[in-house]
Amino acid sequence: MELLANLGLGLSVALSLDNLLYALAGAMLGTAIGVLPGLGPVATISILLPVTFGLPPVSALIMLSGIYYGAQYGGSTTAILVNLPGESSSVVTALDGYAMARQGQAGKALAAAAIASFMAGTIATLVIAMFGPPLAAVALKFGPAEYFSLMVLGLVASIVLAHGSLLHAFGMILFGLLLGIVGTDVNSGAERYTFGQPWLADGVGFVTLAMGLYGVGEIVRNMEHDDRREPMLKKVTGLMPTWADIKRILAPTLRGTALGSLLGILPGGGATLASFSAYALEKKVANSQVPFGQGAIEGVAGPEAANNAGAQTSFIPMLTLGIPSNPVMALMIGALIIHGIQPGPSVMTEQPALFWGIIASMWVGNLFLVVLNLPLVGLWVRMVTVPYHLLYPAILVFCAIGVYSVNNSVWDIYLMAGFGLLGYVFAKLDCEPAPMLLGFILGPMMEEFLRRALLLSKGDPGVFVTRPISAALLTLAVVLLLLVLSPALARRRAEAFQEEQ
Amino acid sequence: MAIRHPKDFFTGVMYAGVGAAALLLPRDYGFGTALRMGPAYFPGVVGGLLVLVGMIAMLRGCSARGDEITPFAWRELLRVLGGVVLFGLLLFAAGLIAAIVALVIVAALASRRFDWRWALPLALGLALFGALLFVQGLGVQMPLAGSWFGR
Repeated sequence: MELLANLGLGLSVALSLDNLLYALAGAMLGTAIGVLPGLGPVATISILLPVTFGLPPVSALIMLSGIYYGAQYGGSTTAILVNLPGESSSVVTALDGYAMARQGQAGKALAAAAIASFMAGTIATLVIAMFGPPLAAVALKFGPAEYFSLMVLGLVASIVLAHGSLLHAFGMILFGLLLGIVGTDVNSGAERYTFGQPWLADGVGFVTLAMGLYGVGEIVRNMEHDDRREPMLKKVTGLMPTWADIKRILAPTLRGTALGSLLGILPGGGATLASFSAYALEKKVANSQVPFGQGAIEGVAGPEAANNAGAQTSFIPMLTLGIPSNPVMALMIGALIIHGIQPGPSVMTEQPALFWGIIASMWVGNLFLVVLNLPLVGLWVRMVTVPYHLLYPAILVFCAIGVYSVNNSVWDIYLMAGFGLLGYVFAKLDCEPAPMLLGFILGPMMEEFLRRALLLSKGDPGVFVTRPISAALLTLAVVLLLLVLSPALARRRAEAFQEEQ
Repeated sequence: MAIRHPKDFFTGVMYAGVGAAALLLPRDYGFGTALRMGPAYFPGVVGGLLVLVGMIAMLRGCSARGDEITPFAWRELLRVLGGVVLFGLLLFAAGLIAAIVALVIVAALASRRFDWRWALPLALGLALFGALLFVQGLGVQMPLAGSWFGR
């Protein structure tokens, strides 16, 4: 029972007093900031990243993961209470969750979301523990050609799963790849796109980019429609669900978990697509007493389970392959690199305590969220109402100090302001920045693997199709592209995202 | 041809511009061959693809119909970005405390609800908090008072 031994090792790491505290602090901070208006998980994690620099790697990752699901949880709370989803994956939660809150069932909706998330988190943790090791074992056999093809597949999948226009998602990925190339070329030592500026020699920092796009850019965008957020209720009651409620959410939770676990592994906004598809699924199969959109508890439980499961399983490609499936995972990879750990299949064999500790802490963090957040909901309600004009100057201060502290460089502050402008332009043009962040992280890796693969094959590009695993991955990428370009599937894809409107 | 879908069209212009810059800037980096790839090889290929994507988007911007781009909120944009840049300029000259106060006040001026009665206490509070948390607590290397104050 290797699995049990591994989970035991993980629990022994996650349950140490220090790490329990970091998981708790992460979950609380994440929820608190996730509840605040205009801050999604990416901005939250990049702002709090500098706080974790001084910690040991395991504790830092445990805290960051706690922040991640805390922020997601906070996003659902605001979706239910004030109809303002903190991020795209809780958009559908607002549909029925807010309807329930208007009928005085906010407590029940919050409890359903919390219980569904916890159950999904528990199951998804086991999924990671079961599928992580075999995947890492396969990945250890990968050569540069396989890695390159895998990244192509990953980028294609993230285009297919991104919402909005396929063409724009493709453009954003290419844009990101180019930004990732800025800096000194490792092979030749040539400085590329640095304009002779020494502060660009190490390239653009991912924290700088993420804070600029998601922190500073978001602020200007939010200020355009400076709406006041009035919660319709000051007190939330009825948080203890009845046995009948639990029975009603059980099936949607399990369906959502299955769907979410699967979609979370795929690159490109896994959690978002997971919650949208879970809502669509529940609409078809659940026989709810209340019509969907008017306060169906199934419409809260299913998507919440799916987005939490998806958030957890998106750790699988990050931990086993070193490839991010969404911008949050890109930040996690950045955090590991800052701590001197190169993410990839060898992490599991070389740092088993880190690998299993993170996995076990996911379950611990989810438990904290259920146990602590429901009683604290009164505090969250009050935080939801913090006026935005008091909040955004504080966010800017944290961004400015945070981005400086990564390299102790004032230039990073100016660069962040520049990316803030870019983020605002993207918002004006309806361009989703997530694919750009993926491209940004993958750019240097792809170039490196491409070079090595072609060097090993003596310049023969056939290496990508003659090696079986690489060929299979590329075939899959082509099939995926053809499918999405076919009219039938394009319609299905549009349907999956239509709830947004 | 008229621009019927401005968002698509100008996104295309942006992509094509960035792609063209990526293609043209590294002329002296060395393109190399597939076997011995020069530093310009990979960005050149990606830049070329981006130009292509941009041109398709521009064409689509002339055929499909779409919403107008809403006007830029220059007032908010300039004050928020200006505050951040000012923070960078002041950090070593005037020190962290003054830099935070400047950032908060300039950024707060972007709000239509601006009022010294909340902006000033917020600025001072954040300056104190930032100094305590980041410099005292986390040990970030920043001067609390800068060179203007003879440090």
